[in-house]
Amino acid sequence: MDRSSHARSRRFAPAVALAAAAALTLAGCSSSSGGKKADEDSDSGASAGKANTPRMTVALVTHQAPGDTFWDIVRKGAQAAADKDNVKLVYSADPNAGNQANLVQNAIDQKVDGIAVTLAKPDALRSVLDKAEKAGIPVVGLNSGLADWKKLGLMEFFGQDESVAGEALGKRLNEDGAKKAVCVIHEQGNVGLTQRCDGVKKTFEGSIENLYVNGTDMPSVKSTVTAKLKQDGGIDHLITLGAPFAMTAVQSVDESGSKAKVATFDLNKELTGAIEKGDIEFAVDQQPYLQGYLAVDGLWLYKNNGNYSGGGEQPVLTGPAFVDKTNVKAVAEFASKGTR
Amino acid sequence: MSMAQQAEPAVTTPPAPGPKQTDGRTRERSMALRVLARPEVGVFLGAVAVFVFFLIAAPTLRDGGSMATVLYQSSTIGIMALPVALLMIGGEFDLSAGVAVVTSALTAGMLSYQLTMNVWMGVVVALVASLAVGAFNGWVLVKTGLPSFLVTLATFLVLQGVNLAVTKLVTGNVATDDISDMDGFDQAKALFASSFDVGGVEVKITVVWWLVFAALATWVLLRTKYGNWIFAVGGSQESARAVGVPVTFTKITLFMLVGFGAWFVGMHQLFSFNTVQSGEGVGQELIYIAAAVIGGCLLTGGYGSAIGPVFGAFMFGMVNQGIVFAGWNPDWFKAFLGVMLLGAVLINLYVRRAATRR
Repeated sequence: MDRSSHARSRRFAPAVALAAAAALTLAGCSSSSGGKKADEDSDSGASAGKANTPRMTVALVTHQAPGDTFWDIVRKGAQAAADKDNVKLVYSADPNAGNQANLVQNAIDQKVDGIAVTLAKPDALRSVLDKAEKAGIPVVGLNSGLADWKKLGLMEFFGQDESVAGEALGKRLNEDGAKKAVCVIHEQGNVGLTQRCDGVKKTFEGSIENLYVNGTDMPSVKSTVTAKLKQDGGIDHLITLGAPFAMTAVQSVDESGSKAKVATFDLNKELTGAIEKGDIEFAVDQQPYLQGYLAVDGLWLYKNNGNYSGGGEQPVLTGPAFVDKTNVKAVAEFASKGTR
Repeated sequence: MSMAQQAEPAVTTPPAPGPKQTDGRTRERSMALRVLARPEVGVFLGAVAVFVFFLIAAPTLRDGGSMATVLYQSSTIGIMALPVALLMIGGEFDLSAGVAVVTSALTAGMLSYQLTMNVWMGVVVALVASLAVGAFNGWVLVKTGLPSFLVTLATFLVLQGVNLAVTKLVTGNVATDDISDMDGFDQAKALFASSFDVGGVEVKITVVWWLVFAALATWVLLRTKYGNWIFAVGGSQESARAVGVPVTFTKITLFMLVGFGAWFVGMHQLFSFNTVQSGEGVGQELIYIAAAVIGGCLLTGGYGSAIGPVFGAFMFGMVNQGIVFAGWNPDWFKAFLGVMLLGAVLINLYVRRAATRR
């Protein structure tokens, strides 16, 4: 008797502790500012009814690294189009080119009705894309591979020309009177990122150099950028290639006592706030949501109406669009939902 | 030198003969040689060499503020390198240490935000979660007898997946929401991510914590029974068990110490950047292990110190930032880093060999 009650009390101890913690939470530990409560009024994503066309399956295969905010937005766009078009979306991703090719093969084996693929390393995908063609599966490209999508026999392409985006940013820097800029690359060896910096270099009239940082470790990013600013006091503009790195660069500027301004590629919801506050000058947006959305929608249109976006000859450009103080208000609302 | 002598475990057979082995041939060795034979001395000289090298190569590094940047980078590596080193002296290592940092930060960030709680609740729950991950690693290891490589590799993969999937499930995005406007944030930031002024130089609080933890770890390793247990289980688990060392307890608590370190660094990241991306942290585990190994800890266990990894982490931060301060062509960055580290470790090795040679 004694023993069993002891055992029971032991069994219940975690539950009691949990309940106590929950009670404590509700009682006194809630935050009076910020948090989910403050954001609760915003609902999620765009919705536009649903097509009654036959159910089809589309595979979206990207070179996303796990946990990257940018790719999350691409996927949301693709999902929104899939929901609207009565499409079953199969998403898979791997930053390793060989593995990405295997994922495309996997989609072919599943006999999907269409494949949307990114071409970060086009040569690695060549043979598997031939197989898709032989299997009669329409394939569209998105995001990266602007120079290669036609050579590889893809039907359409949705994305931004990274060099053109870089060139646009370079021109903008000239207008802002920049003299010396640093392009912060958060992944050494990534072709698209390097193209952006090269694009900036092409049009920018001042001097520019690249700086590599370890993108998987924010404290390291922060100290490396700080070190660069201290090493060269003449730097007046920092260019980052992803929104989270822009936010960190702002801290580096503060800490180093530099007067450098920060401009960036790509957006997220923290970034729109920083543009409003003036911490960040502007962002070059390639509209990842649009890329995902159009890729899926393009395949749907092809299947149901035989349409080719861009006539099958020209890419459909989703950027570069500038987001700065003048237009950030309109964008911020969507960014807070994680779709811009 | 009594400290040095106590560091030598009673039941181990370190590959490099330590100063305590007085078999008649080493009795005459001078004080200087005995100092040189300590595990941390080689890395200390290596760190000094790298430091002097960059002072010459990079003029801007001579500024106090620049040194603060180097120390900051070193501290975020160093705080984790300490428990990783203790674990390594205990004969195991932890591949999940890098992503565990992010797991902790994500837990605290999401919990506070989603439940709109004071951020301290998130901080405490994250501590519990981090210790639990460490305890799980240690428990599985001890219960199954599997090598730590396998156990912690599994944890590494699981945490990587969980970090991403749970974050996406809870927030709808792959990064946590900004918690900088919530109750308790400023206090937590003061503890984990503030900085203070020393003669016009902004020094990060992590540097202080790093040195405090290093002193604590040194004391534990050299002055406590637990420290002896660590050396003992790392040297020979069976002999340790035979002389009554609680092997299971020691190993599990060592993994939990790594969990504590991951929590601390995770909190620093959360309160210094306000949000956390769920894909971060991958690859950092190798840097922590590298700092410990450069610091004189053997991959095979049973030998090492807590102060060595401090210099190991400093060397890593120094090289990392020194290359930037020197303004070298960044395309070569990783290659420079590798060459400098290998060079420093060779100095380390040479000094130890020279000192222990008869």
